[in-house]
Amino acid sequence: MRFEFKTDYAHDLRLARHGGHGFWYGALFVGLLAAPWVFTSYWLAQLTFVLIYSIVGLGLMVLSGYTGLFSLGHAAFMGVGAYTQTALVNAAWPAPVALAAAGLMSAGVGTVVGLPALRVKGIYLAIATLAFGFIVEEVFARWESVTGGNAGIHVHAPQWLGWTLDSDVSMYFGCLGVTVLATLGVLNLLRSPTGRAFVAIRDSEVSAQSMGIHIARYKTLSFALSAALAGLGGALYAHKLQFISPDQFDVGQSIDLVLMIVIGGVGSVHGAFLGAIFLITMPQLIALGKDHLPDVIGQAPGLQALVYGVVLIGFVLFEPMGLYGRWIKVRTYLQLFPFYRSGLFARQKSYLRSNRLK
Amino acid sequence: MRFGGLLAVNDVAFDVRHGEVFTLIGPNGAGKTTVFNLISRLYTPSAGTIDFDGMSLANQGPHDLARLGIARTFQNIELFEQASVLQNLLIGRHTQRSTALWQELLYTPAVRRAEVAAREQVEQVIDLLELQHHRDARVASLPYGVRKVVELARALCARPRLLLLDEPSSGLNVEETDDMAFWIQDIRHELGVTVLMVEHDMSLVSKVSDRVLAMNQGEVLALGTPGDVQRDARVIEAYLGSVDDVAGLRRGAP
Repeated sequence: MRFEFKTDYAHDLRLARHGGHGFWYGALFVGLLAAPWVFTSYWLAQLTFVLIYSIVGLGLMVLSGYTGLFSLGHAAFMGVGAYTQTALVNAAWPAPVALAAAGLMSAGVGTVVGLPALRVKGIYLAIATLAFGFIVEEVFARWESVTGGNAGIHVHAPQWLGWTLDSDVSMYFGCLGVTVLATLGVLNLLRSPTGRAFVAIRDSEVSAQSMGIHIARYKTLSFALSAALAGLGGALYAHKLQFISPDQFDVGQSIDLVLMIVIGGVGSVHGAFLGAIFLITMPQLIALGKDHLPDVIGQAPGLQALVYGVVLIGFVLFEPMGLYGRWIKVRTYLQLFPFYRSGLFARQKSYLRSNRLK
Repeated sequence: MRFGGLLAVNDVAFDVRHGEVFTLIGPNGAGKTTVFNLISRLYTPSAGTIDFDGMSLANQGPHDLARLGIARTFQNIELFEQASVLQNLLIGRHTQRSTALWQELLYTPAVRRAEVAAREQVEQVIDLLELQHHRDARVASLPYGVRKVVELARALCARPRLLLLDEPSSGLNVEETDDMAFWIQDIRHELGVTVLMVEHDMSLVSKVSDRVLAMNQGEVLALGTPGDVQRDARVIEAYLGSVDDVAGLRRGAP
């Protein structure tokens, strides 16, 4: 068992709780830096996609996992970021400025979505965001002068101070840099008053109000931040694929994003990364396993969707805390051995929350 | 306060003086929590006014009250269950935040200093209510009695001038109720906070309150010192009961 013996308040604020924590994440970072020389080009591209989806997943995690606002239209924000980046880079803007503009544009659209969302809760918010996703996809398809319509549009390589990031390795390092910055930003947010206000809104709006938290303002802020992160991810996605079209940001992509954070573990930053790894590796595993299955299953057209659905249902039923939750349980078992009780992570039943004022 | 055809609070008028402990008593359904919700601006009164420190609360939203100095606890505990006790108390300090969003995203030294200062303030409340043992525990794993104390601590972290306590001793055993009585007295004497509470435990009410208001069916029955109200005939009939009422239910001696 490990005891964290803290000697001052600053110790509480540190991101790496103890030496081992810092060591392993440092090792992970070094490993990621060395990745281009370890992985083949194909797996490096997959790793780049993992990083891109992690950024979007972080955005959705801030909104759904930490503020409790369920969104089924997040691919729309990804698309806004992607198309903004495309339009600006094709007009020869430098890449970092275009990236910032894509993030801000997505944040603006997020605010526009967030304002009516203040009036609806729970499943009705999910329906509203689903509708929004369809609207934005249709805007992408119709606004042909900017987005190229359904035929799609090519994306030029990012340019900055004379460098052109058009190789796999430079693209990977660009995405890695943005991912590290986004993760640090989200972690900083969560250990500061704004992040705590988000958690308060998720857990109990009524008492959040009585603590002085302006619900409308913080919900809108959460939408804006989440949309900005999704827009950043979308912009990098556009550069990676070098060709985007409206059907890449449809409701299927939104559901993939929700699936990603639920399987990864709602309510934790690790969940976004674990979910992204799951989202990228599952099709690979299905492709590998297809040949060993009888033809009627292996060659069926909807196999991937079926596997995703079954896995999602399995996680919701048996492991609602997701992959990260399962890891936490394993770690706690090992740390507390032999005192681990199966009731340590039991969920509170809803009947204990009677007489809710809302 | 009228909910459709139901008049939940009918012509209830009282004033709470600075530095006193004022208690609302009455049977369940009398409208006591409704009065609290009216003061907390979760409901808007259909008639009448609510003034705090000479200022009308009519134009304030529920989130404005913490800044004005009103904090409350809830009858069914409304804590942030998935967060730790320390994070709950830090959220209580939300009105005293001094940093902007961009500073928090970058975690500038100003944010760091503000966080350490907040931790020091929160530690004082933890020391007062003896929550050191539970500081990092997730609220969902705590027993009910401790959650009640955390609820009180969170309200205190907002540095209120008026504290609304909704049934602070419900679900607590004798020892915990005694602790609660000492803490309410400490809050009044050491922190100078005015306390307005709803309570059913008459021993706690007698020990702690300066004045009591008895309500029934949304109307005022009696207002005065604890002793006066407890002797009022209408209050005895509607709420307290007397020894004679239950005499007929007692079994004879074996």
